[in-house]
Amino acid sequence: MVVIDIETEDGQREALRRMLTIRAFDTKAGDLFADGELPGFVHLYVGEEAVGVGACSALEADDYITSTHRGHGHCIAKGLDPKKMMSELYGKADGYCNGKGGSMHIADVDAGMLGANGIVGAGPPLATGAALTAQLKGEDKVALAFFGDGAVAQGQVHEAINIAATWDLPAVFVVENNQYGEGTPVEKQHNVQNLSETAEAYNIPGFTVDGMDITAVYEAVKEARNRAADGQGPTLIEAETYRYHGHFEGDQQPYRTEEDIDIWKDRDAIESFKQRLVDAGTITEDEFDEMKAEIDEQIETAVEEAKSAPYPDPSEAYEDMFNATVPEISQFSSQMRADGGEDR
Amino acid sequence: MSTETTSGTGPADTQEMTFREAIRLALREEMERDEDVFIMGEDVGKFGGVYEVTGDLVEQFGEARVRDTPISEAGFMGAGVGAAATGSRPIVEIMFSDFIGVCSEQIINQMAKNRYMFGGKTEMPITVRTTEGGGSGAASQHSGTLHTWFAHFPGVMAVAPGTPESAKGLLKSAIRSDDPVIFFENKEIYGQTGEVPLDENYTLPIGEANVEREGEDVTVVATQRMVGESLELAEELDGQVSVEVIDPRSLYPLDTDTLVESVKKTGRLVIADESPLSYGTHAEIGMRVMENAFFSLDAPIQRVGVADVHIPFSPVLEDEVLPHASDVEAAINRIV
Repeated sequence: MVVIDIETEDGQREALRRMLTIRAFDTKAGDLFADGELPGFVHLYVGEEAVGVGACSALEADDYITSTHRGHGHCIAKGLDPKKMMSELYGKADGYCNGKGGSMHIADVDAGMLGANGIVGAGPPLATGAALTAQLKGEDKVALAFFGDGAVAQGQVHEAINIAATWDLPAVFVVENNQYGEGTPVEKQHNVQNLSETAEAYNIPGFTVDGMDITAVYEAVKEARNRAADGQGPTLIEAETYRYHGHFEGDQQPYRTEEDIDIWKDRDAIESFKQRLVDAGTITEDEFDEMKAEIDEQIETAVEEAKSAPYPDPSEAYEDMFNATVPEISQFSSQMRADGGEDR
Repeated sequence: MSTETTSGTGPADTQEMTFREAIRLALREEMERDEDVFIMGEDVGKFGGVYEVTGDLVEQFGEARVRDTPISEAGFMGAGVGAAATGSRPIVEIMFSDFIGVCSEQIINQMAKNRYMFGGKTEMPITVRTTEGGGSGAASQHSGTLHTWFAHFPGVMAVAPGTPESAKGLLKSAIRSDDPVIFFENKEIYGQTGEVPLDENYTLPIGEANVEREGEDVTVVATQRMVGESLELAEELDGQVSVEVIDPRSLYPLDTDTLVESVKKTGRLVIADESPLSYGTHAEIGMRVMENAFFSLDAPIQRVGVADVHIPFSPVLEDEVLPHASDVEAAINRIV
């Protein structure tokens, strides 16, 4: 991972680039899904870019993140390669998981990305465990869990934060409050006004920040990372944001109106960050357009390459379950080899 | 994973110890050997474990590596998975297997699936130790035998040894394994004694059954508590029926070959396992034998287990539902 130092002009431009990359990647993924190009379920991060990029900009290269079903943005923010991500969305052999995971399970453990996750609320316990490794080994690493407002209602999220708080683990918990848990508004799922208020129950700091403002997210996470690395335990940060697309692609969204969405689009995180950089002279309009065009081309190339990449050999279905070889599974792979790779 | 008999204590040296002590010895040796190994669970530290398995380990290794947790099975099971994915080798203790329900999400959707979902790009070196079995009046929520669930569910190895020696050898292999292993300990045999190798490199491969006693007339595949009971029964029947007793030790992977070879010799099979009878461990063992030794069978396969009821509290009722040597004897008598 290339660490972004958002306090420098280069870092700000790189942060903007990543936000644009997320938007271009996920907008494209939505189009491809609508065209029937992509199998499975697709959950898009469009609108929430400032949270992922702001938070990951505050991390060091070796830090860990856990992600959610809406994980493409976290991957790109952590520095994963959109080409290998797109291949994974297509189920191709050169994807991050060799086609075994798909959109909801992209992971790159070596890069500290411990996995997107199809189970709401399952990530925070994993982050607590990664933070425990760091504490036990005395490593200067922090684990950050991204999870949604819906996950705050999950029991295992409470358990994970309580354990991390009790053991002073180097963890940061970031709630992406995009206002809806699937199709139900946040106020119908929680009895607190701000989801960061629950921090009080764990005796840890809790902050609610504007998730449409990358700087606000960055500063909160930076402080939280410092606390965590300093042995002072976790912080709970709620970033208020909004997803422009439905819960999943194809969601008819009866729970909101176009006007509801427009209120948030008027505060668009990329647009406002770009404007700040233009005003400060960090980037010109022309340079921005150029950056955007480059990214669009990069995503187009990723799609073309993913389309033409080979699918995994069917025999791969019987690989990767265990490090060890177990006869229960290997009998099928050897049978396939004996059959010349034909379907059983 | 192989049986090594090099260095350290002489390979021939053994000591009589309990099943519980054999497990503690394995834990101690592996924690001494590898500092990435740590234990976490409810009351595993100063309390020493509710069944006194971890005992004094906290004194030797400290509270960081013998770690008491909040009563949060989902939280600390998940933390175990996250720790295993990042270079630790956690041993997570779930006090009773009946409690696995509250953390099964982390087992079935994370621990068991991550390696496969991620295309083999992560390892999951985690061992989950848990207790099971009836016989102590603990009633339905503390007496279940659930190993079939996890022998069935792809992505975890399920180990359930029946003797102190195999407990030590298999637990050490589980801890050294880069795959997730659930290690099931039957509570009723914690005090059972046997000779255990003291060699700190003594391990047993996961997925190898052991012929505990050779015989000619009938094969009894027995697990956990039923191993000892079947061995005693075999001695009693000596001279009338020649009973071969096999402990599969590992339910997944399962050593089909050893079971099949035995049945090819004896032509008769009794399966004794404390899990519920329907859709279970007995069925799987029986089916594998049918697939591979059908024409060697001289009589229908017999199952000894628990009827599809929960373990009741009253000693009279509990005794009624649990399998005993007498049930194995009756099963043998039906087919020999």
